[in-house]
Amino acid sequence: MQYTEIMIRYGELSTKGRNRKDFIGRLNGNVTKALHEFNNLTIRPKHDRMHIELNGNDAYEVIARLKNVFGIQNFSPMVKVAKNMDDVHHAALALIQATADKNASFKVNTRRSDHSFALDTNEMNLDLGGYLLKRMPTLHVQMKQPDVTLYVEVRKEGIFLTTEKIPGAGGMPVGSAGKGMLMLSGGIDSPVAGYYALKRGIDIEMVHFFSPPYTSDNALAKAKELTTKLVPYVGSITFIAVPFAEIQEEIKSKLPESYLMTIQRRFMLRLADRIRAIRGGLAIINGESVGQVASQTLESMVAINDVTATPIIRPVATMDKNEIIDVAKKIDTYDLSILPFADSCTVFAPKSPKTKPSLEKARYYEQQLDVEGLIKRSLDNLQITEVKANDHFLNNDMEEIASLL
Amino acid sequence: MIYFDNSATTKIDPEVLKTYNLAANEFWGNPSSLHKLGTHAHNLLQQAREQIASLVHVKSSEIYFTSGGTESDNWVIKGTAWAKREFGKHIITTSIEHAAVLNPIHQLEELGYDVTYLPVDHRGFVNPEDVRKAMRKDTILVSIMAVNNEIGSIQPLDEIGEILEDYPNVHYHVDAVQAVGKGLEKHVFGPRVDFASFSSHKFHGPRGVGILYARAGKKIESLIDGGGQEAGLRSGTENLPAIAAMAKAWRLELTNEDEHVKKQQAIRAKIYNHIKNFSRVTLFSELTPDFAPHILCFAINGVRGETIVHAFEEKGIYISTTSACSSKNGEAAGTLKQMGVQMDIATSAVRISLDENNTLAEADAFNRAFDDIYHRFEKVSFEK
Repeated sequence: MQYTEIMIRYGELSTKGRNRKDFIGRLNGNVTKALHEFNNLTIRPKHDRMHIELNGNDAYEVIARLKNVFGIQNFSPMVKVAKNMDDVHHAALALIQATADKNASFKVNTRRSDHSFALDTNEMNLDLGGYLLKRMPTLHVQMKQPDVTLYVEVRKEGIFLTTEKIPGAGGMPVGSAGKGMLMLSGGIDSPVAGYYALKRGIDIEMVHFFSPPYTSDNALAKAKELTTKLVPYVGSITFIAVPFAEIQEEIKSKLPESYLMTIQRRFMLRLADRIRAIRGGLAIINGESVGQVASQTLESMVAINDVTATPIIRPVATMDKNEIIDVAKKIDTYDLSILPFADSCTVFAPKSPKTKPSLEKARYYEQQLDVEGLIKRSLDNLQITEVKANDHFLNNDMEEIASLL
Repeated sequence: MIYFDNSATTKIDPEVLKTYNLAANEFWGNPSSLHKLGTHAHNLLQQAREQIASLVHVKSSEIYFTSGGTESDNWVIKGTAWAKREFGKHIITTSIEHAAVLNPIHQLEELGYDVTYLPVDHRGFVNPEDVRKAMRKDTILVSIMAVNNEIGSIQPLDEIGEILEDYPNVHYHVDAVQAVGKGLEKHVFGPRVDFASFSSHKFHGPRGVGILYARAGKKIESLIDGGGQEAGLRSGTENLPAIAAMAKAWRLELTNEDEHVKKQQAIRAKIYNHIKNFSRVTLFSELTPDFAPHILCFAINGVRGETIVHAFEEKGIYISTTSACSSKNGEAAGTLKQMGVQMDIATSAVRISLDENNTLAEADAFNRAFDDIYHRFEKVSFEK
């Protein structure tokens, strides 16, 4: 079937009257970015739908890219014909033959924006239903939950037909909610948190703590590789590597073992918040899940969250580990996350961290350190990388190896 | 030069040699090292393993690298004997196996293992029913070659596999050293086969490296212990340049395989159909589909095999007596003897073995040389 356009139905944003224009503009930009490899596409954002004229491009190749764009409820590849019933009949029959079993139930659903066309919606439905039944007598009409629905749109520029409605990624256009900093470790939870943040329209930048020589190049590469898995939803992601070894050494050498974890986390959050301010972000996102580990009890959250008033979004806070793992597998981060490279969260982990740290004690211990000096030295040495589609950081010798073999 | 001795060894492919050199120069780190150089080497090792596995639709964890076909055979046989010694000490094999299978089994016999050597018929085939009859409660291993290295008979691997479906705990090993690139992968990696041995230099790879395929869940003891390489089952720092080169040779060998098989069959048929007309010629290989496409074994009665080899060598054509490994001790070849071929004819046997680089023009040249040589021997009345 040679489709001529793809029609995109917006997600929730259709309902948001005042901001609709911004949202559609943002989605238009994201769709354009996602489809930049195609030539000749014409993207026409309208107030209730977006139309992508294919101009000869393959509909399914375009659809594959659109599936990762948040803010799309669903889309349909459509055939455009001239406004005469012979052409409509011909296209309707071809579509039904291509997409329905010969014993399928069907209905016709017409929508008309060009009210000057000779047939109104009812007449159109009846005409097409009758025509199809005559040509394919084994079909039967069914109004409720038919196997196939033939959608017909009568517009000024032509008549559009489709039998398919393909679910989109849902959510809101990335960027429509502003920017947030994702605290990305190498684990399973934080990439999933990032995925959900993107889905709600937050443009994320990665904040990753690394502690050479306590953590390896591989651990850093793994975090960047994880970032590549979220890139398809947004086009590119800024990755900020934050040196953390000096802070960890300082905490380890001066403070009691039981508060190592709490104070480290306070520093991480403080750094993430400073970076957020520098980068113009509005929120911090992390992969904390209530009660999963010592640093994620509510008491720990109180003692750690103390360092900032910035909103901290915890998309997986109330999910079970298995639920998080399911999503991680769906977004293809799981296999990377379980690679066994120690990250900065684990290298200085105390044997028995406090699960119920006290805020007062945490503040008290911390005063014994040169907090501002440590923060400054770390911020002075940030490593900022732009991660793009097709980038590889882990095993990036694969091409060399493939050419060898 | 016409090289018709590819069952002895093949010439390394220039592209494969390039890979060997590049791997030796650029990936010289120890795959076990934690640093970058080690990771780089480790990645190459794993990619090589994955490429080999995916080309024959098995798991990469089922591919083990060894020093060659002989080690692979020794490993399965001794490793099975050891791993299963509490369950039994009976081994079934054929009487026409390569020495790399027979000799380790002889060693086990000395240690008290009991062995059934299956006979072959006059065409050089094992009867699968004989396997069924030989099966005992204490049988632990059945080891069958895929392609006989002397005459090219393809053993009934699938039929034997079906019989062994009833004996799921018995290891089924296939010595597939002569079978790579001959259109037999689906039998060699058949549903019941547990282990298969391969040698790189038989398919244009380097010497000193081979493969043991070991189906997941089938346990054998290690033969070589040390640093725990190859999942702890085959220690020793990996021969990475050779492994990478072998992975490439494997890919090249299995690319356009059908075409290569047809080409070798055509060459073999051309020679076969020429020499069959000579009264003193006895042909042991046949053109039927149960013979591998690349091997042609025949005798010129009354002339020693060694003499025939040298006569062709004078004309720049390299062939072999029936098994290169036993060709120097002047004994009658094992397979022919087991087929019931008379001693004097068996000692007159020679083997042509082809590869995909041979040509029909070479077959013509061979046939012309054959005519000369035959008539020369005719003049001396075929005196041995």
